[in-house]
Amino acid sequence: MSSFGDKSLIPASALENPVFPRELEDEAIYIMREVAAQFERPAILFSGGKDSITLVRLAQKAFYPGKIPFPLLHVDTGHNFPETIEYRDWLVKEVGAELIVRYVQDSINQGKVQEESGKYASRNALQTVTLLDAIEEFKFDACIGGARRDEEKARAKERIFSVRDDFGQWDAKRQRPELFDMLNGRISVGENVRVFPISNWTELDVWNYIKEEGIPLPSIYFSHHRPVFERDGMLWADSEYINKDTDEIPYEATVRFRTVGDMTCTAAVLSEATELDDIIGEILSAEISERGARMDDKRSEAAMEKRKQQGYF
Amino acid sequence: MDILRIATAGSVDDGKSTLIGRLLYETQSITRDKLEALDAASKRKGLDFLDLSLLTDGLIAEREQGITIDVAHIYFSTPRRKYIIADTPGHFEYTRNMVTGASNAKVSLILVDARHGVVEQTFRHFFISAMLRIPKVIVCVNKMDLVGYSQERFQEIKQEFEAIAAQVQFEGQSVAFIPISSLYGVNVTQKSEEISWYTGQSLLETLEAMDDQVKVDSSQAARFPVQYVVRPKTEKYHDYRGYAGRVASGTFSVGDEVIALPTGQRSKIATIERFDQQLEQAHARESVVLTLENDIDVSRGNMLVKAGQEPTQHREFSAHVCWLDYQALAPGKTLLLQHGINDTKAKVLALEELIDVQSLEKSASPGQLKLNEIGSIRLKVAKPVFADAYAENPANGAFILVDEFSHATVGVGFVNA
Repeated sequence: MSSFGDKSLIPASALENPVFPRELEDEAIYIMREVAAQFERPAILFSGGKDSITLVRLAQKAFYPGKIPFPLLHVDTGHNFPETIEYRDWLVKEVGAELIVRYVQDSINQGKVQEESGKYASRNALQTVTLLDAIEEFKFDACIGGARRDEEKARAKERIFSVRDDFGQWDAKRQRPELFDMLNGRISVGENVRVFPISNWTELDVWNYIKEEGIPLPSIYFSHHRPVFERDGMLWADSEYINKDTDEIPYEATVRFRTVGDMTCTAAVLSEATELDDIIGEILSAEISERGARMDDKRSEAAMEKRKQQGYF
Repeated sequence: MDILRIATAGSVDDGKSTLIGRLLYETQSITRDKLEALDAASKRKGLDFLDLSLLTDGLIAEREQGITIDVAHIYFSTPRRKYIIADTPGHFEYTRNMVTGASNAKVSLILVDARHGVVEQTFRHFFISAMLRIPKVIVCVNKMDLVGYSQERFQEIKQEFEAIAAQVQFEGQSVAFIPISSLYGVNVTQKSEEISWYTGQSLLETLEAMDDQVKVDSSQAARFPVQYVVRPKTEKYHDYRGYAGRVASGTFSVGDEVIALPTGQRSKIATIERFDQQLEQAHARESVVLTLENDIDVSRGNMLVKAGQEPTQHREFSAHVCWLDYQALAPGKTLLLQHGINDTKAKVLALEELIDVQSLEKSASPGQLKLNEIGSIRLKVAKPVFADAYAENPANGAFILVDEFSHATVGVGFVNA
């Protein structure tokens, strides 16, 4: 897929005037190496979004010239953007990583979870069950995720090594204190750890890093034409996975996606941004936060904290 | 671009969350949807102003009780640099969070309510800043609006603070005082007419001027804990053996003679690598891979140091410890000691003294060390620990204590000189 490779040229402007704080990369690489050293069976939770793409780059750099010593795990909801899947398959070949895919559809078929119904039906909550099953199946003791503390206020309280019980649950009051840069990943049987190497990065840090590193991205992050419809003041990609009301009529628009989740819960923004510089410019002047375009967070003020308690990232 | 890490501390209700909210708001670090959510939540609480504390109190229990329970990390940036705030709660029972939040900070921000002045918590916060050797402390005298922006009141608090701070302040630690009102945004990012008698800088101006706090101190002894041995075993890199790690302190250069600890074997640095780049030098805090000129025995947990700068080899040593667990520490207890990335079994030989953080009185041989208590203990370790005194080289002088059975982090220690 040379279409991804084309974007890997580092723009001259990025090299002349670096704005990404390299200290964040030093910290993330240090965390990656601690994971490899402290755990027997780690995995990177890979969603195809820019944050998990950043994780793959960091893992690649942490162990170079060796290969990434753990697999990527993708929990496929079946509602992904096809561009994301195409990119995922290209990336694992490019970096020579192992890919494991587990399907939410299988969890549905096994009767472990039930598909939501109605206009806002989404598989976002269902993926937690598939994830926990995969952790059990492969006996993963550490799952590396791309969550950032600036994304959401419950995440602002998260540790870098976040210990979860047998049910994957997060207990905010039982968290281990993390002092200096010493990470304690010791766990008992049944427990596992979620690791967040880019905890201290902001959305802008991620974009600046992608730019300065010349990391290729799935095409849906850049401006393109697609049929969309309006709901709750936001634009949604028209797809077979969304139950539209009769007055929700799709039309063609020039858009891009600021975060990449399922088609059912990620809204598009009108955008002409075809280059990373344009995207960074948009973020700097944006009035809506990143997760403001995520329906899964809008369900209630504590939506994220409640999902985390149940084993979501 | 550089990063300045700040720890904030204050007592309940002295307006710490409001101050941080104000900083975010005035540096345009919050977006419209977050502001709208804030507005709606403030109205639900029956307030006629924006309750900026709702921005940082992220957990359900915190919003219900109107308090901050856990360390929260907050980010904002200016064209000059990126700021990371570790916002730590002021409750007595959560002091362990304050030590945690402050452990990575270069600046400590202490809030004092202008009406109440220096309270029990204020000194505790300063004591911890001094114990962790945070070089810069900023005391924000908040709620100045409620004391009529009185210069006298401000001076009174400043003098009171300075008098007690002098007892624990270390050489090189500086303390600045700023009169503010976070509710009305006075002296937070901009100076204001309400306090015309104050000629110093606003809080943000003070932070922006702190260039020394973000610089790495290259004068420290060079320490490189080996995290991971990179052995690709591919055709191209058949005999490659790289030592991956993050420089803890000092600087390493290609050609430097190094000693591997604990074996004491010597070699020279052949290359310093960062991904596919070759570097001449690696500085403190940088994650790199070192290769050596000859094959010596080095594995995870070992430390490479520059010849002539060897640290002390400790088998038995004293350290100040802050106890972080509900179950108290008693003499004779066996624990895991993690120094950087290296760990060993450790036995508590004795509790030497307990320090009353309030009165600074020391009591010898306490029976136990309880949650949030600070004292000096004597430890014996199963494997030698190559630590520096914390006061001389903090990056190689701290350790954590881990419970052997629960695996929880139960204490943090600072090696005594």
